[in-house]
Amino acid sequence: MTRRFNCALFCAMLLVLSLTFSAWGTGLDAFSSLTGKIDIAGGTAHIPVMKEAAKQIMKANPAIRITVAGGGSGVGVQKVGEGLVDIGNTGRSLSPEEIEKYGLQSFPFAIDGVAAIVHPSNPVTGLSSEQIQAIFAGTITNWQELGGPDQPINLYTRDEASGTREVFWKKLLQKGSIAERANVVASNGAMKVAISQDPAAIGYMSIGHLDEIVKGIEVDGAAPTQDNAINGSYKIVRKLYMNTKGEPSPLVKAFIDYICGPEGTPLISAAGYIPLQ
Amino acid sequence: MGRGTKQKTERSATFSRWRQPNERLLLAGLRSCAWLVALAVVLIFLFLLYFSLPALRPESLKTLLNWHWRPYGGEFGILPMVVGSLLLAVSALALAYPLGIALCLFIHGLGPRILRRPLRLILHLMTGVPTVVYGFIAAFLLVPMLRQAFHGSGFSWLAASLTLSLLILPTIVLMLNSQFEPLRARLETSFVALGYSPEQALLQGILPLARQGLLAAAVLGFGRAIGDTLISLMLAGNAPLVPEAPLDSLRTLTAHIALVLATDAQSSTYQSLFVCGTILFGVSLLVNLSLRRLTRSILAPESPT
Repeated sequence: MTRRFNCALFCAMLLVLSLTFSAWGTGLDAFSSLTGKIDIAGGTAHIPVMKEAAKQIMKANPAIRITVAGGGSGVGVQKVGEGLVDIGNTGRSLSPEEIEKYGLQSFPFAIDGVAAIVHPSNPVTGLSSEQIQAIFAGTITNWQELGGPDQPINLYTRDEASGTREVFWKKLLQKGSIAERANVVASNGAMKVAISQDPAAIGYMSIGHLDEIVKGIEVDGAAPTQDNAINGSYKIVRKLYMNTKGEPSPLVKAFIDYICGPEGTPLISAAGYIPLQ
Repeated sequence: MGRGTKQKTERSATFSRWRQPNERLLLAGLRSCAWLVALAVVLIFLFLLYFSLPALRPESLKTLLNWHWRPYGGEFGILPMVVGSLLLAVSALALAYPLGIALCLFIHGLGPRILRRPLRLILHLMTGVPTVVYGFIAAFLLVPMLRQAFHGSGFSWLAASLTLSLLILPTIVLMLNSQFEPLRARLETSFVALGYSPEQALLQGILPLARQGLLAAAVLGFGRAIGDTLISLMLAGNAPLVPEAPLDSLRTLTAHIALVLATDAQSSTYQSLFVCGTILFGVSLLVNLSLRRLTRSILAPESPT
């Protein structure tokens, strides 16, 4: 009984907290005359931004419903192309085949960096891009060769559907090979967990997901931070896109404008990405 | 007693009178449900076949039946995944099967009486544990242990097959149990009359008689193991290579589909997945058909010899 009461009290407090935090927000006037539903799916990096924006908009205008789902960049393209959702998110630009087949329009809204990451206990703090290429190609196999302890390097990579993998492979590995024996994990979250547990690991993930349980390493002297990505010294970056099939409807257009406009900026920054203004 | 019988006949008379007009309707409904399910299976198969057709042309088949998965280099070899699935399923079965038989014998009389009921209860509970829970616990306990005990990342064939064996263990025991129970009920007195001790009856009487059940349990365990996705996805490391040692990483067909499914739907990478799906469908069809054949002959009344 008390437990249930405590639970209810906790929920009530959460509700109050969330109400106070989201009380401000002024650029929501564009939605005041609109009603309807927006379905969003695709890239997992986008989810925090989409959810926060959806929350603000639905609070300001209860006649609008917005749903946010994941699935990955490939799923985003498929779903929006088949008309199953209104916005399909991708962490990569669309291929010409995709644009041609579905008639999609892309709206980039943020920049995300991809960092090479190691276990926090690893003494290695920086590597050259040639070294990283050699590590992932499988020609450097021991941390000793890089000034670390005498331990074989455990490689972690992402699946072929990953936008993170694509940018890391293109911009840092220069489309070089990734050793086949590398472990493959299915998401940014799974990568973080795997690397944080394995002292001999190296992997890569979105800068937005970086925190103290893994260590981002400097590439050619540039640390993987938002600031360095903005001033251009950190080069391994990508854009995050929203995609629609043909011209977006007024409601979807208002949503995209909200994300890309000044109200979207703090949401994008809060999620760890750099707003594209 | 007379009154009781009369009541019973009356009740069954009203019951059948109520039932008769509806029975045909009910039967038709059930039959159409059965046809619908059968049709769904056939349609799934046709769908898979239709979508894997582009990948089954001779020139693309050559890139599929290949030992290297390098989608960016135009090589879509799925053979490492086929081998990976088989290796993982067979190894998990090799671990779980002897243990399953031992546990079943334990429950049916080799173990102390006081442990039988709790053991049976635990096995029943184990069937209800979601796969992801096994995967999650193993990722945080087993994998770091393997990493510290040996070298490498810990995400390996060994980690996946240990966890998978735990997953299929209750399936095997409960399948065996379902064979042991009727056999014991039918033959217990005969064995006592023949002067067998309970252990002798179990090991020399029931166990040999349940050989079809033993086979069915193996087939069912194998089917469960080869169809599982999450355990291998979370624990096996997913490197698209044929493992050379238990501590090497491997990728199963199911994990492969899960990993690659989100790629560009217009690419040949994506199309190759349908071939993987067709192979898995074929395997599970084979498993189910052989299981059907096995269990049918078990359920048929044996002539007392």
